[in-house]
Amino acid sequence: MKFGVIRFPGSCDEVDAVLACEHVPNASAQLLWHGDPDLHGVDAIVVPGGFSYGDYLRAGAIARFSPVMESVIAFARAGGLVLGICNGFQVLCEAGLLPGALLPNVGRRFICRQVQLEVVHSTMPFTADTAAGELLSIPVKHTTGRYYAPPEQLDSLEAHDQILLRYASGANPNGSSNDIAGVRNAEGNVFGLMPHPEHAVDPLTGSTDGLKIFSAMAHAHG
Amino acid sequence: MTVHARVLVRPKAGILDPQGVAVERALPALGFEGVANVHVGRLIELDIEDPSQLQAMCEKLLANPLVEDYEILEAQEQRPDADG
Repeated sequence: MKFGVIRFPGSCDEVDAVLACEHVPNASAQLLWHGDPDLHGVDAIVVPGGFSYGDYLRAGAIARFSPVMESVIAFARAGGLVLGICNGFQVLCEAGLLPGALLPNVGRRFICRQVQLEVVHSTMPFTADTAAGELLSIPVKHTTGRYYAPPEQLDSLEAHDQILLRYASGANPNGSSNDIAGVRNAEGNVFGLMPHPEHAVDPLTGSTDGLKIFSAMAHAHG
Repeated sequence: MTVHARVLVRPKAGILDPQGVAVERALPALGFEGVANVHVGRLIELDIEDPSQLQAMCEKLLANPLVEDYEILEAQEQRPDADG
């Protein structure tokens, strides 16, 4: 199982994402430069956190048109596994691979803290290593993390089991609609979340719950 | 021949705009009373050879139509003496 982790100018969590992938038994990871459309035969893609292209215009708006993203979009449309974390989530929304948009936090401030996430659905390929209702301790660090989708789209996301993670009751840090922390696409092969599972893979930093996302992807790959 | 265009992008009505709220709350503290419905958007200015591309440009990049409204404010012929 080989993960490919995108590196844009302005990415800052790609090295942690590589390390997280490498914590998964029998998995390896390599960085993929934004200007190179070649995905180098990787089995799954991680679009990491940071400030791609300076987040100019809107977070993720310009990164979405980078050469590597054109290939990632084709990879996703063909059923490939794609995980977007924080800025990566914003990029995937801008690319139309995930529904909705990320807006400035309700409190306007940058938030950096550990949060409790509730697993809504335990399902392949992203949350199968967790249990429905399980609480995960994973950090958030963002200014533009308020998940928004129009009401009818929210109803559809709920009805089609596309909301995989919610902020635990009372722990919504940013005003996200329906406490949404992570959503997948209708096909189920693309998943985005604002919290940072790659920062929760080592007991040294307090939680290894984030590893469950990466290991589930590896198990899904087989 | 290029024309000078301005595109105004603003948060869609009904979607909470925390920047607008912050500005609205700051104004009375400075003695400016009676201000409501403050929203903060952005202005994009550009010189463009083919203004018929503006709408597609807005839909694809300049605005996110899911959460923002855009308005192409003006598209005037650029004066020959206009600076860059």
